Amino acid sequence: MTTKTSKSTTTKKDNVLLEVNNLTTHFFTQDGVVKAVDGISYNVHEGEVVGIVGESGCGKSVGAMSVMKIIPNPPGRIVDGSVTFEGENLVDLNESEMRKIRGNRIAMVFQEPMTSLNPVLTVGRQLTETLELHQGLKGDELVDKAEELLTRVGIPDPRGRLKDYPHQFSGGMRQRVMIAIALSCDPKLIIADEPTTALDVTIQAQILELMQGLAKDFGTALIIITHNLGVVARYADRVIVMYAGKIIEEGSAEEIFHNPMHAYTRGLLASVPRLDATDHVRLQTIEGLPPDLIAPPPGCGFAPRCQKKTCKCSETPPAIVEIKKGHYIADCKCCMTK
Amino acid sequence: MTTKTKKTTKNSKDQNEILVNVENLKMYFPVTSGVIMQKTIGQVKAVDNLSFFVRKGETLGLVGESGCGKTTTGRAVLQLYEPTDGKVQFNGIELTELNANEMRAMRKEVQIIFQDPYGSLNPRMSAGDIIGEPLKVHKLVKNKEEYRDKVAELLSVVGLSPYMADRYPHEFSGGQRQRIGIARALAVNPSFVVCDEPVSALDVSIQAQVVNLLEDLQDKFGLTYLFIAHDLSVVKHISDRIAVMYLGHIVEIAPANELYFNPIHGYTRALLSAIPIPDPTIEKTRERIILEGDVPSPLNPPAGCVFQPRCTKKDKCKCSETTPVLIEVSPEHWVANCECCMSK
Repeated sequence: MTTKTSKSTTTKKDNVLLEVNNLTTHFFTQDGVVKAVDGISYNVHEGEVVGIVGESGCGKSVGAMSVMKIIPNPPGRIVDGSVTFEGENLVDLNESEMRKIRGNRIAMVFQEPMTSLNPVLTVGRQLTETLELHQGLKGDELVDKAEELLTRVGIPDPRGRLKDYPHQFSGGMRQRVMIAIALSCDPKLIIADEPTTALDVTIQAQILELMQGLAKDFGTALIIITHNLGVVARYADRVIVMYAGKIIEEGSAEEIFHNPMHAYTRGLLASVPRLDATDHVRLQTIEGLPPDLIAPPPGCGFAPRCQKKTCKCSETPPAIVEIKKGHYIADCKCCMTK
Repeated sequence: MTTKTKKTTKNSKDQNEILVNVENLKMYFPVTSGVIMQKTIGQVKAVDNLSFFVRKGETLGLVGESGCGKTTTGRAVLQLYEPTDGKVQFNGIELTELNANEMRAMRKEVQIIFQDPYGSLNPRMSAGDIIGEPLKVHKLVKNKEEYRDKVAELLSVVGLSPYMADRYPHEFSGGQRQRIGIARALAVNPSFVVCDEPVSALDVSIQAQVVNLLEDLQDKFGLTYLFIAHDLSVVKHISDRIAVMYLGHIVEIAPANELYFNPIHGYTRALLSAIPIPDPTIEKTRERIILEGDVPSPLNPPAGCVFQPRCTKKDKCKCSETTPVLIEVSPEHWVANCECCMSK
């Protein structure tokens, strides 16, 4: 059993693209300090699809926004930890250096295709902005590239649609535009924060297939943040489960879904009705609510909802241990027993 | 394959156990232009010629993508909208012909649980007042004491504590608010409840709690549900039968397992394959049907089969000319009779 901190040295390969170490983001509000992200560490390898799952308020979005350093400050601030992207610690960079990375080497696809595009600018303008800024393209070259991008994400009549405004596109089409913008500078990493939550299921399938296909073609690594376990099972190579601002389990998709170790992961899986179930099985529930992140439990975040509470986890926060190759879990005895 | 153009022939057979019977329900919304001299320039055909029935004590699931008219159907059934055309029978009583007073009395029997646990509770009323209001409206309690007891009982029925009656909606979590909405619907002892996306706004672990609660209440009070949702996994879990809607039409109705294991309509198959199953091994081998394009606008729906613009085999049949009708392909399994949509 090795602890998580040594993970980066033991399993570190040349192709580690993003290394997040002990990242801690707090929000300083009037009611107190909200520990939204509390010391998370994970790696993303080149060309890999990583799924981050958890319920609302578990810090999955804030974690991703911290990587991009787009946490609204005040009230939020990254108080500790490092984000190493291609050997560079993003936390130490200043705003103008960061701007050269955002949209260029790391791109982001946001949840709401309705609000994440600027309604008063044409789609063409929004698409060419990144190309102009990061790649210095001009004039016809710019328009040609924008047209090529729209073609790539499957928008019919791309040349004509460049002059259209976001409201003239449907939800799915808008999300395609977002993906085109994200892809425009051939980023190494795309962070998709709930990319399909606002979309209908058949459109969701279209968008996710498209993202996966494009990521494969260009060797782009993909972080998919979602609460939908099915999406993670279908698309992710590796899965990270978050709870109350911490990572509680991490492993390959097969491991997490077939051999979940943490009580929360097991509870989460059992609480989702399965489409392929033949008999009617009563859904299992996790009693209680996630803790208030202003005053989280001192030890294991899951302790208040844990059925067993046989160990000392309510006093000291559990460390992350590797129980099987590539399968990490918060070292809390009672959460790990079945 | 037995062709029955009208489902009523089937309905009349077991009329005794049918609680809600909807026939040729149409709900069109006018689109107007102008400010003072308003002219109707078009119609949104939100629900077009819908026929279905719900048996006593069963759960009928209604699934479909946003804008397909499932919420409109639920509201038109409860006469929250005045349907453009069609019949809605509840226990043999024709709801569309009732006047306002009669309908208000009828609402004791038919209730609704809304989707948005944040928007559907008045922020200025305490939880107790929200739950107790239907009791006052329908004069179901004699005095204050009885009222208080009844509210406390309702709170505990849905898994909340009676002392929470004095709290206001903002003091509750999303799941708890949905429980208040459920308690409000149950206050008048209804026999039929329309659940309009009751769990869509909730997190998965909370969703499971509310789904279980709805199932328990059904067992306890013998409720009949029309369960509307876009999440087919949840609908399949809770429903006895499922109706799949597309652009204001029902394209397929079947018992829950039959629909999953033997889907016939092209849209149902695509919908099922679009929903990922939380199991990576199964996902690797599953067939995926990715539909091209978007749902057409209900303002200008395609003539004939509504699914035809997205159908991959549309050249084969004449569905662009004639509107398909539901036929029974196996017992209890009804599909819109469109050759190209039914071929694999």
